[in-house]
Amino acid sequence: MANTLNIVQAINQALMNEMELDNTVVVYGEDVGVEGGVFRATVELQKKFGNTRVFDSPLAESAIVGTAIGMAINGLKPVVEMQFSGFVYPAFNQIISHVARMRNRSRGRYTLPMVIRAPYGGGIRALEHHSESMEALFAHIPGLKIVIPSTPYDAKGLLIAAIRDPDPVLFWEPKRIYRAFKQEVPEEAYEIPLGKAKIIDEGTDITIVTWGAMVRDVQKAAEMVKAKGIKPEIIDLRTIAPMDRDSFVESVKKTGRILVVHEAPKTLGVGAEIISIVNEKAFLYLEAPPTRLTGFDTTFPLPRGEQHYIPSPERIAKTIEDVVNY
Amino acid sequence: MGLKNHNPLDNIQYRILDKNGIVLKEEDLPKFTDDELMYLYRTMIFSRIIDEKALSYQRQGRMLTYAPNIGQEAAQVGSAYAMEKNDWLVPAFRELGSWLVKGVPLRNIYLYWYGNEWGSYMPEGIRLLPVSVPIASQLQHATGIAMASNIKGEKDVTVAYVGDGGTSEGDFHEALNFAAVFKAPVIFVIQNNQYAISTKGSLQTASKNYALKAIAYGMPGILVDGNDIFAMYKATKTAIDRARNGEGPTLIEAYTYRLGAHTTSDDPTKYRDDSEVEEWKDKDPILRYRIYLMNKGLLTDEIDESMKKELEEEVASIFESIENKSDTEIEDIFKYHYEVMPPQLEEQLNEYKSFLEGGK
Ligand SMILES: Cc1ncc(C[n+]2csc(CCOP(=O)(O)OP(=O)(O)O)c2C)c(N)n1
Repeated sequence: MANTLNIVQAINQALMNEMELDNTVVVYGEDVGVEGGVFRATVELQKKFGNTRVFDSPLAESAIVGTAIGMAINGLKPVVEMQFSGFVYPAFNQIISHVARMRNRSRGRYTLPMVIRAPYGGGIRALEHHSESMEALFAHIPGLKIVIPSTPYDAKGLLIAAIRDPDPVLFWEPKRIYRAFKQEVPEEAYEIPLGKAKIIDEGTDITIVTWGAMVRDVQKAAEMVKAKGIKPEIIDLRTIAPMDRDSFVESVKKTGRILVVHEAPKTLGVGAEIISIVNEKAFLYLEAPPTRLTGFDTTFPLPRGEQHYIPSPERIAKTIEDVVNY
Repeated sequence: MGLKNHNPLDNIQYRILDKNGIVLKEEDLPKFTDDELMYLYRTMIFSRIIDEKALSYQRQGRMLTYAPNIGQEAAQVGSAYAMEKNDWLVPAFRELGSWLVKGVPLRNIYLYWYGNEWGSYMPEGIRLLPVSVPIASQLQHATGIAMASNIKGEKDVTVAYVGDGGTSEGDFHEALNFAAVFKAPVIFVIQNNQYAISTKGSLQTASKNYALKAIAYGMPGILVDGNDIFAMYKATKTAIDRARNGEGPTLIEAYTYRLGAHTTSDDPTKYRDDSEVEEWKDKDPILRYRIYLMNKGLLTDEIDESMKKELEEEVASIFESIENKSDTEIEDIFKYHYEVMPPQLEEQLNEYKSFLEGGK
């Protein structure tokens, strides 16, 4: 059976499925219980599974993540929510010092099958700290996995895979497209493997690597340049760490060009890593300088300036042309 | 029971003016002039009108997300009015009444909620920090400002605000502990409006109240009826005098209620009953103060009406002065990160500008 869902609904259904199939899965965080989350991603869960397995926590991110570590050590699979990715920082110490290290520290004796979910990214005209894209901070930390879906189908399959994964996964949800479109999604549980990118458009002239909400903007830009005879190959990275390096290395060997598009700031961003890998593994295939189009190296502006920050389809299209016509 | 013997373990709210506008403790009543009494009223009304107008602009699609203060005016105005001009105010984000007392122009306040960073630019001479969205993080800054006053040998006091939800963050604990250890001249005001978005107080703490947490830190704590402007003033003034006198910090819990939504993105009917809201409407801080002023012969329906009309016009004209004229300058996105803009930032700015100009 399939149903037509947007991204939030797909996430909600993934949680429903996994809670039904595995009674060690627990869900908690700020406002996730009674209200079902400020974006309604956990709606109806408490009604269905009771307030022992789904509950509102005190307002304390460090304690939410820190207790999830304890629960994971003691046999549960916590799926906790940070209300916005911009509010994960009180828990940064727990994430870097313990979430990322427990397996290695204990030489595999203690593992942490836990998921930290958070709405992520800009473009919803929000207050400060509600718009940033800081995936690079986490991708840099040995021991963490970080996943960013871009469609309802992927969101559900990736979240289920994240919950079943024996290691901790940060699951960052692009809130700009939470409700942007719907897709056919199977009602039953299914997995999309972590660490695997997806070629969403095949082409021969340029490889574009992107993820999250930027995928749709890149697709729009691709339509614009196709009209001019340029055929881009678009790769949705889906998992930021560990990264599917073969996906873009093989693609660049075919196209000879690479553009990385991300919403996060440029300097020391994920794009820098992708381009380094291309330089290491496909240098001799390159016909143009590997290029990044990203957010600025600035704080994400408040709403009256945010239209400048996120690369628009027009800017992406222009950059594609610049790289192809180098 | 006087303020001195008010013990938070008794779980009794310190109150001077009851919900019917009757003075319960004549001896504790602040000695305000008639002008001061009217100023306090006008400021609470101003705050209420700013909220109501912002909510209606938001509904009309003319304003972005807005966090109203309705029901919490006395907690804010009463506490801030106890401050001297040079005292520092450190807000969370829901302290409109306090900002007005501090002298922040409404233009700034609206500009902030309208989505422009210039709203957080405080005019010279106003010692108020910008809104701090990461809950409770601001309390550390307050303690630091107060420690600096001590180190510099200055007599200024800092007043910081946090919500009931904010007391659960580690930052709350750390800030209070530091303040007590270093006898910092800082007052922490918890606006206990009963909810952190949808989360009730009983899910936030197992304490009988928030004020008693002070005991463990080694500072005085007082539970106050936050809808009584006199009690809020008196408790804060007493704490400020103590702090200025070198006796260290105080924790004040203002027991109040958020009559409106958390923000305009929130639907409170999902987590609370209308009957609860109705009950609290009866304890509206402005209602009881209005009755008090009328009984005193200071306020009449006519004065009230014309004051409201005048303030409504002022609010509307200020909003219109920023509406559709507040887009962020591109340079401003880049200019304020460092004293000197690093080359890569300058490059990004220039690239973007040339894209907009249609160039290479
Ligand atoms: C560190 C952090 N976590 C989460 C949030 C999201 N958030 C904004 S307001 C709020 C509730 C705050 O409740 P409270 O402290 O009681 O203040 P109130 O909103 O009632 O004034 C939450 C969870 C945030 N701003 N900062």
